[in-house]
Amino acid sequence: MTEKTPITLTVNGRNYTIAVEPRRTLADAIREDCGLTGTHIGCEHGVCGACTVLVDGEPVRSCLMFAAQADGKQIRTVEGLAKDGELHVMQQAFMDHHGLQCGFCTPGFLMLAVGVLEREPDISDEDLLDVLSSNLCRCTGYQNIVKAVRAAAKEMRGQ
Amino acid sequence: MTAHTKGSGMTWVGRAIRRLEDPALVTGQGRFTADLPAQYWVRFLRSPVAAGRIESIKAPQGALVVTAKDLTGVKPILAVLHKFAYRPVAQPILAAGEVRFVGEPVAAVVASSEAEAEDILDDIELVVGDTKSVIDARAALQDGAPQIHKEAPGNVILDGRIKTPDFDTVWAGAHRIVTMEARSRRQNATPMEPRAGHAAYDAPTGRVTLTCTTQMPHVMRTAIADVLGMPESDLRVIAPDVGGGFGQKMSLAAEYVVLVWLARKLKSSVAWTEDRRENLIAGFHARDQYLTLQGAFDEDAKLIALKTDIIANVGAYSCFPTTCGVEPLMAMAEMPGPYDFRHYDARARGVLTNTCTMAPYRGVSRPTITFTLERLMDKAARAFGLDPVDIRRRNLIGKFPYVSVAGLTFDEASYKETLEMAVKAIDLPAFRARQRDARKQSRYLGIGFATFSERTGYGSPAFAARGMEITPGWETVILSIDPSGFAEARIGASPHGQGLRTALAQIIADEIGVAPQMIRVVHGDTDRAPYGWGTFASRSLVISGGATSIAAQKVRAKLIKIASHMLEASPGDIVLEDGAAKVAGTDRSVSIAKMAREAYTQTHRFKGEIDPGISETGTYDPPGTFSNACHIAVVEVDVETGRTMVERYLVAEDAGRIINPMIAEGQVHGGIAQGIGNALLEEIVYDESGGILTATLADYLPPTAHEIPPIELHHRETPSTESITKAKGLGEGGTIGAPAAVVNAINDALAPFGVEIDEIPATPQRVRAALRSALHSAHSRASGNPAGP
Repeated sequence: MTEKTPITLTVNGRNYTIAVEPRRTLADAIREDCGLTGTHIGCEHGVCGACTVLVDGEPVRSCLMFAAQADGKQIRTVEGLAKDGELHVMQQAFMDHHGLQCGFCTPGFLMLAVGVLEREPDISDEDLLDVLSSNLCRCTGYQNIVKAVRAAAKEMRGQ
Repeated sequence: MTAHTKGSGMTWVGRAIRRLEDPALVTGQGRFTADLPAQYWVRFLRSPVAAGRIESIKAPQGALVVTAKDLTGVKPILAVLHKFAYRPVAQPILAAGEVRFVGEPVAAVVASSEAEAEDILDDIELVVGDTKSVIDARAALQDGAPQIHKEAPGNVILDGRIKTPDFDTVWAGAHRIVTMEARSRRQNATPMEPRAGHAAYDAPTGRVTLTCTTQMPHVMRTAIADVLGMPESDLRVIAPDVGGGFGQKMSLAAEYVVLVWLARKLKSSVAWTEDRRENLIAGFHARDQYLTLQGAFDEDAKLIALKTDIIANVGAYSCFPTTCGVEPLMAMAEMPGPYDFRHYDARARGVLTNTCTMAPYRGVSRPTITFTLERLMDKAARAFGLDPVDIRRRNLIGKFPYVSVAGLTFDEASYKETLEMAVKAIDLPAFRARQRDARKQSRYLGIGFATFSERTGYGSPAFAARGMEITPGWETVILSIDPSGFAEARIGASPHGQGLRTALAQIIADEIGVAPQMIRVVHGDTDRAPYGWGTFASRSLVISGGATSIAAQKVRAKLIKIASHMLEASPGDIVLEDGAAKVAGTDRSVSIAKMAREAYTQTHRFKGEIDPGISETGTYDPPGTFSNACHIAVVEVDVETGRTMVERYLVAEDAGRIINPMIAEGQVHGGIAQGIGNALLEEIVYDESGGILTATLADYLPPTAHEIPPIELHHRETPSTESITKAKGLGEGGTIGAPAAVVNAINDALAPFGVEIDEIPATPQRVRAALRSALHSAHSRASGNPAGP
């Protein structure tokens, strides 16, 4: 299992040419080979969603995808959300509405919410709650996460 | 941003300012333990059986595998109480000969990557001779049950009793006795960040830095140095960003001891991050209890006496530093709740079993005892034909200070007032009408109440009452202003998501007239922070906040003294605001930066009247203060599937003076979500042989956004007389009240079926089983036939 394959991950617009074992997960590759530790690992079996990143625009649990499967794809992580020192509206909304406490699940929630709203800006409140139910948070009780995402959604729609 | 201070009318305390912690955390710049690179990675070989003797461990050729035999001179973990017939039992760092639960660490595999270590782990041949195990606490108490430790005969590690004089006479004369048999199933705190440690050896000094996900960095340093027999000054413990703890991360993990040992042995850096399975099977458990509770009432439904028997399954070892007494003793001391009565007979036992060790989890026993007591009050209400609100009105305490039957002093609070606030806000008559209408359509709505106290911010006397060998309590804060004028508070508390940095900065800001954003609060590094007990038990805002306030008042006094020298004004005329000292009513002022520079570099100007530098220490060790709340849950139970949905959740709470309302509400929200999880979903399930059936997050179920309804909060502030900042703690109340409110609501919903559910979590299976058995007995009664199987 130790033979390594060269691949190129494009993360937040930057190319990382790395060599990985076939079994290496995308989550581990992002964190250890690309050095982007903002993506967190909470369960490694696809339930908690802490490791959610965007792959070609779609929210993906990076613990359930092999790094090799993401070869050549466009990956976005929490580190790529802010532009030129300006926070993404979703990041700002999480701060404004106290949508985080320990901050461990936060990158996953941010990427999930950004991914969904970019794809479906007019998503209903009910469907949004459905989507947000795919990730776990143990600190906030979710109320303020939902509030933050709704507020950011409004802003992203330009309202 | 403008700074305000005392006298200006505006304060930072009381304002919902954004958290200073957040910018790093929302941009992926948080620094968690698992983010650190290491030379070596460790995986632990864990016991596959609940009880047995290790016969052989055969590692693959050339692999670095450490077992108990290698740890010569390393002491076991020994948590000690000096009261309540406590029997100390030793926990070896790696299982030595005997294994006592599935998941117990047996060996450490060291390799250059996690993957490689896992490969080696797969190739180790471990032979364990199974012996008989016992999983259930009542079974462990029976004659002939397997003995977990020879030091604790009969598997009883602790046996606490309280009995007030004349109890038996009062009991015999009671008008009515109401009985409640409660069962609380085993749970896991499940922080989103699993446990992780990273130990790095520093060759020039011979020191080791252990970075780990702990709530108690100094206590870890003391404990690990003790166990390894090394000077404590050779060990530095860092708690970086910690991804939630909820109590699970306050106990000493044997794995961290191994990491420090390895770092010294290999003279390198060694890391371990547990996977979720390890966390669920071996990362400490909680709340596995049987509680029997009987209440004696007089003719007016007034509670006069309480009798209880508490059996806490503490697992295979006793957690350090609190000991396994934490659950049974908390239950015994606080079972009386916020009710006024004078006679009490309680027994609380800690029972060893072949299961994962129990440790504190948010609320510590109070979610289970509040559930038990509040179910009892509802049963009593039904027995007397009273409304659940009425029976609470008759029994809640209302005069303060109140000394409870178990000897606790309750400070001023608002038990009755918050009950009335909550009842008014929920509009009970409207709900009852809706409930009646819904039942006509075979929909079952229910309402449940919980009134309770939350003991918070208690110092060393409270822990000493338990006879703890390690008695936590006080906190120290050192507040300094450096020569550039920048304020930095170093604290012994160790927050991990609570927002304490922000709250303490607000307290300091009001004293010294500097905006909170300009104040740095440093914690979680034993080389930087003063010795302290960390963050747990809803203590930090009260105790560390009090110590902060003391230190900040001293700094304020010093700044005023310096300013009065520099501005040649009377100290009484100096005000501190906007980062400067000003002479009231004039335009004369001097900046804190300039004062600080002089305090360090121009001390001769003060002619020996002012000590050099600006650094003051505050230490605080309060007796404790009680928050209180009334929770109301409105649920709908689907009688076909047994599924409960919480449709509305209302809280009227009083936690004294609120420092930051946004943070306070967040604590209540999060606590309630955990309490709802505890009430409906979360359960660690062992099979009969001690294997865990719930080792993934698809089996052990923390609630998602779907299960948590909007939470409606009503506040009231009764300033604490036992806390310098007048604040009370509120980190655990949500979790304490929710299981009681939710399960009372389920029972209310199912009242037409004559069903009583006295077990948490009230899973769909349990609700269905209760309904089936109720329908079955109703059918048997109707047909006159005895109930079949």
